[in-house]
Amino acid sequence: MQFFFEVLIAGLLSGVMYSLVALGFVLIYKASGVFNFAQGAMVFFAALTFVSIEKMGVNFWLAMLITLASMVVLGILIERIVLRPLVNQAQITLFMATIGLAFFLEGLSQGIWGAQPHGLELGIQDEPIEAIMDKLGIGVSKFDVFAALVAGILVTVLAVFFQKTRVGRALRAVADDHQAALSIGIPLKHIWAIVWSVAGFVALVAGLLWGARNGVQFALTFTALKALPVLIIGGFESVPGAIIGGLIIGAAEKLGEVYIGPAVGGGIESWFPYVMALLFLLVRPEGLFGEKHIDRV
Amino acid sequence: MLYREAGQFKATYVEDQQIFPIRQDRIVIAAILLFFYVVVPLVADQYWLQAIVIPTLIFSLAAIGLNILTGYAGQLSLGSAAFMAVGAFGAYNFMLRIDGMPILLAFVMGGLCAAGIGILFGLPSLRIKGFYLAVATLAAQFFIIWALTKFGWFSDYSSSGVITAQKVEILGYAFTSPESKYLLTLAVVTILALAAKNMARSSTGRAWMAVRDMDVAAEVIGIRLMHTKLQAFAVSSFYCGVAGALYAYTYLGTVEPEGFNLDLSFRILFMIIIGGVGTILGSFLGATFIVLLPIFLDNVVPHLFGDLLPATITSNLQLIVFGALIIFFLIVEPHGLARLWQIGKEKLRLWPFPH
Repeated sequence: MQFFFEVLIAGLLSGVMYSLVALGFVLIYKASGVFNFAQGAMVFFAALTFVSIEKMGVNFWLAMLITLASMVVLGILIERIVLRPLVNQAQITLFMATIGLAFFLEGLSQGIWGAQPHGLELGIQDEPIEAIMDKLGIGVSKFDVFAALVAGILVTVLAVFFQKTRVGRALRAVADDHQAALSIGIPLKHIWAIVWSVAGFVALVAGLLWGARNGVQFALTFTALKALPVLIIGGFESVPGAIIGGLIIGAAEKLGEVYIGPAVGGGIESWFPYVMALLFLLVRPEGLFGEKHIDRV
Repeated sequence: MLYREAGQFKATYVEDQQIFPIRQDRIVIAAILLFFYVVVPLVADQYWLQAIVIPTLIFSLAAIGLNILTGYAGQLSLGSAAFMAVGAFGAYNFMLRIDGMPILLAFVMGGLCAAGIGILFGLPSLRIKGFYLAVATLAAQFFIIWALTKFGWFSDYSSSGVITAQKVEILGYAFTSPESKYLLTLAVVTILALAAKNMARSSTGRAWMAVRDMDVAAEVIGIRLMHTKLQAFAVSSFYCGVAGALYAYTYLGTVEPEGFNLDLSFRILFMIIIGGVGTILGSFLGATFIVLLPIFLDNVVPHLFGDLLPATITSNLQLIVFGALIIFFLIVEPHGLARLWQIGKEKLRLWPFPH
């Protein structure tokens, strides 16, 4: 039983990491209806930019600021060059455009900063917390707890931003209805640029945490693929959905690996979340918290 | 002047229902086929055949497969490479386990295996659309590759699932030279492409397009949604499966499941976006483009700008150019290269007069 809890907690905490990536997807999808396949590439771009700038001897916070600025510029450029000409196109077209964008960003970031993997130190070790270890005998990684805290803060900040600020209200208005928002004078173009910048910020946070855990390398781009089942379970339009979906996927993945894995030869982590999401879709096609779409005939 | 259909009257139904109703089209197609069947094997050297022409043909076939599903039936799939893998491993196992299995039948059986798996993973399409379906096909991509690597039975218990294709032999003639392999590939691709062209303009294809354009309306006019969607999945996967079998037997000879990864799926998707979604011609144009582009980038660009660009940029140029091209085509010409060809044809009809 103790082992079960240890696996469960490790799974939940690694699920938080998936949630962080999924969060970026949700933000963009809510505001512009674009399913941004390039989120993983953005995570990679952000992490690589940050590490490379820090390697030049720049202070941690200054490097963060520079990276953030470059993510904002990137967001504006994406809106300008990719999204604006594609306004009013089918969602699937936009999705394919973001696949192209993902390739472009992957090539660009490696082209600018080089392809060799980097280590990233945030000053928090990936070791069990002793107090919990002594009392309950369950190993909980310090780093995972830190990641969960960061995710919690991030979600809170985003929630306040969306609920309390003027820009946040405009964002929600755009998310609800593009045309209505336009007609009351909300500048759609600015809003999209802002959303992409915020998604860039989330990508930066996710990139730092993932980078500190697994190193900053090309494999970071695959985090986007891990986030897809999270989105399906949580629903594309819901921030809490992204968090809870991430927790479910993280826990299920680890538990599946430990309890089902041996029966079929192991290594099921690569597809287990997808198959789970698939089964989930058959029952609830709109996800746990997604908006229900009703097709009327 | 040259490209006028005026005066070409259709006197019988058979004439009216030809694949290429315009005489000039038929002449061009015949000339192209003649070129590829006679001139290319005589002229092309081994490198061109093995490294460029054969893969282009095979990818064209896979692109036709994806085009049937995505272009005609409107169901986005990100798992085409996995269905190619099923075709390759299916054909391999039929050859391995049944004595005297004719190779062409093995290709067909491999394709049928892929079709079966395709139907299975197509089932969610009955309930979900768009991105959700794309994610469902990603499940197919990861699950199939995992299963082929994990269960040794599929690859006759070789290490890490590598299979080596058996000899290709038809009626005692061994296809070993690049020319003969090329002709075999070309024959299979020609037949399947013509079949696809026919399917696309028959009631089957029209049903797919109706479902693509508006599924509710399609159902109202009496198209069985479930039947049509699953049919599209089956036919598409069959094409991908045969392409996968050819990939193993006439192109590489030795394949492993990891070779059919997500990257390959994306490349096939790029082929149909650049070539033209919903056209058979576009599949060929797109495949040619995507196969030739990296070769062009590797050979030409460093010579031209070798000194100007840093080495890191040139080595990642392929990714950057691919990505930029996709965005460019989606914005500027969403119907792809095939549309440019059509515009050219329209212009040609009027030539040399302005109106």
